Amino acid sequence: MSSVNPTPARAGDAVIEVRDVRYTIGGRVIFDGLDITARRGRITAFMGPSGTGKTTLLRLITGQSYAERGNVKVFGEEVSKMSTNELFDLRRRMGMLFQNGALLTDLDVYENVAFPVRAHTRLPEPLVRQLVLTKLHAVGLRGAARLMPSELSGGMARRVALARAIVMDPEILIYDEPFVGLDPISMGVICRLIKQMNEALGITSIVVSHDVQELASIAHDSFLLSGGRVVASGTPEELNRSEVPEVRQFMGGLADGPVAFHYPAADYRAELLDEAAP
Amino acid sequence: MNAVADSLPVMALRRIGSMSLFLVQILARTGPALLRPALIVRQIYNAGARSLVIIMLSGMFVGMVLGLLGFDVFQRFGSEDYVGVLAALGNLKVLGPVLTALLFAGRAGTSLTSEIGLMKSTEQLTAMQMMAVDPVRYVVVPRFLGGCIAMPLLSATFTLIALYGAQLIGVQQMGVDAGAYWSQTQNAVDLHDVWEGVVKSLVFGIAVSLVAVYEGYHAESTPEGVGLATTRTVVTSSVLVLLLNYLLTAAFLTTK
Repeated sequence: MSSVNPTPARAGDAVIEVRDVRYTIGGRVIFDGLDITARRGRITAFMGPSGTGKTTLLRLITGQSYAERGNVKVFGEEVSKMSTNELFDLRRRMGMLFQNGALLTDLDVYENVAFPVRAHTRLPEPLVRQLVLTKLHAVGLRGAARLMPSELSGGMARRVALARAIVMDPEILIYDEPFVGLDPISMGVICRLIKQMNEALGITSIVVSHDVQELASIAHDSFLLSGGRVVASGTPEELNRSEVPEVRQFMGGLADGPVAFHYPAADYRAELLDEAAP
Repeated sequence: MNAVADSLPVMALRRIGSMSLFLVQILARTGPALLRPALIVRQIYNAGARSLVIIMLSGMFVGMVLGLLGFDVFQRFGSEDYVGVLAALGNLKVLGPVLTALLFAGRAGTSLTSEIGLMKSTEQLTAMQMMAVDPVRYVVVPRFLGGCIAMPLLSATFTLIALYGAQLIGVQQMGVDAGAYWSQTQNAVDLHDVWEGVVKSLVFGIAVSLVAVYEGYHAESTPEGVGLATTRTVVTSSVLVLLLNYLLTAAFLTTK
């Protein structure tokens, strides 16, 4: 697939560049002055408390939403200036793993993995079969090929989705909250797979999550988002040593801090004593 | 300014506009979608074959009621032989296509809307977009075409069974002479009447299928959103079918 890229690819090149991005939804500022870089062949983690726009950032990178200001470049090309066809070409070089797997519920596991292959190529059936079985074997679910998505556990569904995401050999693999709602064993499996995909296939990986421990074990670079911008970046160890209050609160899992425990409200005493209020 | 923009006629107009644009999108992708006929055949089965039982049962009852009603009315004028004419014209021109379309909206339309709505809320449509696959082409168009093809077939089935039901009551139970029943019917019904039913069932099929896929594709990605969209499918397509029925009936009368 890398032959599509006109410039020779080198490990460490910036594959995704987000510069000074501002994005609002319904007047609420989600990002303001956001700067992020993800490098080729590395696992980059976007961390942050819930509601900081981690998933929105993925939407900007994949061209599902556009920033009001600033640049979002993938493989050196501005995403917002792409035509629909160019965007689809870009997405063929990316794989994405959704929070709940997003498997097509009317197709079985095998057909789900085969879906992108059938949609984009006219490969003969034996070759499709080989491709699908190889990828299913890589995630350990070759034996589940004929199960329907409703028969899979959450962890299995995500592994099938991972097989589907890598079946077209993408250059970038995006994981949206891959650990949410998984038991420790499934979490360990997903963690290992993310690492394997990165090491064995050299896939540039973006992991969006708030599971600090899991990310620390696999990520090369981390960005901590809070209040619409990056409050800290570096290796997981560097973030752990950081003295910035937002970072300390997030990495330490403290209930109160810069991200307040209480949602903004009127004065507690005044509200309790005010009987007229609803 | 906002009051004007939110007023009912403006909102209705906006919906009609957005639905028309969606139809253009669907038509533009119909050619490529025809390259994968298996997807369409499956949807004809889903929308058509799975609605057969309810359509056949309803057709039978409607035909039987027409037989009873016709006998009751014509008996008062001593012209029971005309029961067949009423049943045939009523079914072919109006009841067959309209009732089939209403049942189709309730049975197949709601399932189309909720299926597409649920695919949207579970991110399946976004996942397709991320795989560089156009969800309108792969999800919407086969379902739309399946509905458009299934509806006239169902309408024909409904009409045939209703004619049999009317005959069952008129001739077998009430004792109208079979020869008179069928010859009067044959004399009164011409090809123009049959065409009216065929055209109506085609138009209603397009209308109900379009409303169903539109509502599903534009449903809000929440359980309430999918529920609301399903309700809107039934309400909108029912009213649309009755309105179109009036317009088409009037048009066929003037062209006779």
